[in-house]
Amino acid sequence: MPRVGLFIPCYIDQLYPQVGLATVELLERFGCRIDFPEAQTCCGQPMANTGCVSDARPLAQRFVEVFADYEYVVCPSGSCTAMVRHHYEEYFHGDATYQSLRERVFELTEFLVDVLNVEQIDGRFPHRVGLHQSCHGLRELRLGSSSEMVGPEFSKPRRLLEMLDGVELVTLSRPDECCGFGGTFAVSEEAVSCMMGLDRLHDHESAGTEVLTANDMSCLMHLQGLILRQKKPIKVMHLAEILAGRPVPA
Amino acid sequence: MSSKADILARIRRNPTPAAPLPELEEAWITYPDPVAHFFEVLTSVGGQGQAVSNGDGAADAIRQLPCLADARRIVCRVEGVALGNVDLAAVADPHDLADIDLAILPAEFAVAENGAVWVTDRGLPHRVLYFITQHLVLVVPRREIVHNLHEAYRRLKFEEPGYGLFISGPSKTADIEQSLVIGAHGPRSLTVLLCD
Amino acid sequence: MSAATNHTDSRKVDHSRAAADFTHNDDRAHWHDQSLWFVRAKRDRMANSLPEWETLRAKASEVKAHTIANLAGYLEQFEREATRRGAVVHWAGDAAEHNEIVLGLLQQHEVKKVAKSKSMLTEECHLNPFLERHGIEVVDTDLGEWIVQLRGETPSHIVLPAIHIKKEEVGQLFHDRLGTDEGATDPKYLTEAARQRLREVFLRCDAGVTGVNFAVAETGGIVVCTNEGNADLGTSLPKLHIACLGIEKLIPRAEHLGVFLRLLARSATGQPITSYSAHFHGPRPGGELHIVLVDNGRSEILGSDDFRRSLHCIRCGACMNTCPVYRRSGGHSYGATVPGPIGSILNPARDSKKYATLPYACSLCASCTDVCPVKINLHEQLYTWRREIVRAGHLSWTKRLSMRIGGAVLRRPWLYNLVGGVGRWSLRWLPRLLIYGPWNPWGKQRDLPPAPSKSFRQQYRRRQS
Repeated sequence: MPRVGLFIPCYIDQLYPQVGLATVELLERFGCRIDFPEAQTCCGQPMANTGCVSDARPLAQRFVEVFADYEYVVCPSGSCTAMVRHHYEEYFHGDATYQSLRERVFELTEFLVDVLNVEQIDGRFPHRVGLHQSCHGLRELRLGSSSEMVGPEFSKPRRLLEMLDGVELVTLSRPDECCGFGGTFAVSEEAVSCMMGLDRLHDHESAGTEVLTANDMSCLMHLQGLILRQKKPIKVMHLAEILAGRPVPA
Repeated sequence: MSSKADILARIRRNPTPAAPLPELEEAWITYPDPVAHFFEVLTSVGGQGQAVSNGDGAADAIRQLPCLADARRIVCRVEGVALGNVDLAAVADPHDLADIDLAILPAEFAVAENGAVWVTDRGLPHRVLYFITQHLVLVVPRREIVHNLHEAYRRLKFEEPGYGLFISGPSKTADIEQSLVIGAHGPRSLTVLLCD
Repeated sequence: MSAATNHTDSRKVDHSRAAADFTHNDDRAHWHDQSLWFVRAKRDRMANSLPEWETLRAKASEVKAHTIANLAGYLEQFEREATRRGAVVHWAGDAAEHNEIVLGLLQQHEVKKVAKSKSMLTEECHLNPFLERHGIEVVDTDLGEWIVQLRGETPSHIVLPAIHIKKEEVGQLFHDRLGTDEGATDPKYLTEAARQRLREVFLRCDAGVTGVNFAVAETGGIVVCTNEGNADLGTSLPKLHIACLGIEKLIPRAEHLGVFLRLLARSATGQPITSYSAHFHGPRPGGELHIVLVDNGRSEILGSDDFRRSLHCIRCGACMNTCPVYRRSGGHSYGATVPGPIGSILNPARDSKKYATLPYACSLCASCTDVCPVKINLHEQLYTWRREIVRAGHLSWTKRLSMRIGGAVLRRPWLYNLVGGVGRWSLRWLPRLLIYGPWNPWGKQRDLPPAPSKSFRQQYRRRQS
């Protein structure tokens, strides 16, 4: 039974607890023993992405201390996972504890596909689903093939979604354009950020998306903010919620 | 000389990690029918062309071109095609070629992957001819076709001074709202004849 | 529209403000976005036509890394070989020296009128205004560049200089300046008018100035790629050809052109190759070829492990076409010669204070990194540049402070839980008016998420007990 230290991003902890709970249920269903270390807060990405290394470093050190002893660390966010896997190096410079932990940190969908080798998920989701391919998961973790590169097409989140009965995935005109969240970018470049988000939503509207999903709640928080303000009918769910069999919110 | 010394010293002061030069031998793309592919790409970049049997075939093909009907001043350097009426040897100043309507010139080889043909200024007193003429016809020996640019550069040596050029289609621009317009500054049409 | 960018201006560039202005005209911003996406889509089709695309990118990157690691030797070899074939090679440490060398050559040949083809280096050095101050007329002969020159602007894109201009505006400009029919907007008609006028320039100019796409150390040759044929027309009529290039344009051998020419036009405009790829080895008979090698800060970048790879750039512009921010903010919002992702790396290297906002004009989506034909890790360098901006003290104090506070809260779980609880409570109970206002840029166009009463950890604790 894999022993998983659950890494829940701070904004999911505070704003989207249902996503964390869905992640727990999903992992338990596939035989994981979950532990949620309460000493965790944030991986430090907002500070690091702003260039504030001195503010990010203590958070990175704290993260490694908290999670060092788990067999696996799993996180329902590509962006936060990418932070740990790709951007911690500058704080640890080859430190053995970090290097060893780095190999054991997984984003949820890659953990399901690559480590647990999930082939089948029982459940039914009879909806038109628009999959937003969050950038860090796509281009830093390579959870799927990006439209810029030439090679075989694949997508781990998509593969999992397609295991459910009744799912109909929509075809977008721009399959992996950024939603415009980008962390502090969403605020510092508010105008472009919102235009990017609205453009993504128009693409999903034209494609007939009923439920918009992604493996990063941060992208969805931004898109949901625009949806709520414009009173659009699109529903938003994290991928973990769909895979765990949650109903579409009213 | 001091700037040269300064620049080189600045570069040498900065140690850079060693990086080996990669091998270029790879299974680069080839085409089952390179001639057909060449014409397909040539058409897609706004050019036109066909395979012809010999000089007479080339001349016949050129006579079918609409640009020939209006062409008054024609330069022809292709053997076996007697359509020229301007003697290049008598032209000392390239500016005097400003009113050339049609140039029919030989080219060395064609590249299937990108519809390009290789031309040079060898034996051509004014290289401006490739650009200043209103219409351009290039005649390439049919057997002289390579699949891709790697093969092309294997043929090219630049030991001597000279000018060489890949031409792929006519002069064009899309600088106004991405609308493709053929005939920017150079030839308004390009015809490539692959000649047996 | 943004006015012409004044490059000698030392004022700080405020990208987000310029971008907000650009997006203010929603139709126009979308038109701009779609024009560039069209080019990106063409590029995708071309890349996918070659199964070896990723191999090519890897080779190109390796060739560049090797060249940069041995640059001094290759530059000397290039000079030797170019000289042997009759060219004259000049070395310029910076923009000013470059401009002086070009001016000197022009004056020596009593040149009054220059036909110039596209060269981002001469833009970088601001050659045009310099020559004009010395009484030399410079005509940019690339159609897009000529349009921006007539408008008194700078290019907004390195490959598509006039991508920000609508055909109606070109029509008006040509009506005013060339006497084309009023209201005529057909690109074909307008291009023909430009062709006629620029023919006169080509026939009357006394010298041709070009940029260089690639310089081959082994053969001393330079390669210039255009679609219009303007570089070749401009250098095949007058006797004097001056070619200006940054020292990073070197490649070791002619065979490497096979790699780069296969990537360049496919990445830039989605063409299999440019219409014209001219290889100059020495001057034409009776003429002179002068090659000016320019450093202008490049040797400094070469010393940086973080940013060295930015010297791989072949100026294809693919990173701009794919950048979701560039497409929606326009090239002029970057306030620099080279805009977009690569510009946001190169410009701060020149002046990190003036260009401090550029590395932040990016959502770190990494599309640029995946599209780049020479595999520059663009988004990683943008990320790293932010660290340098903070280190140099150029991040605004409000942002710096908010990150300090955030860091201090997140280091202490009890404080994090407290702040989280207060935040959620506020979102649930405070009136909208208090939450949404000018102090909340998130909320200008977006709602905040509906806050739950209990955090995940609170709910999880209860579930486990």
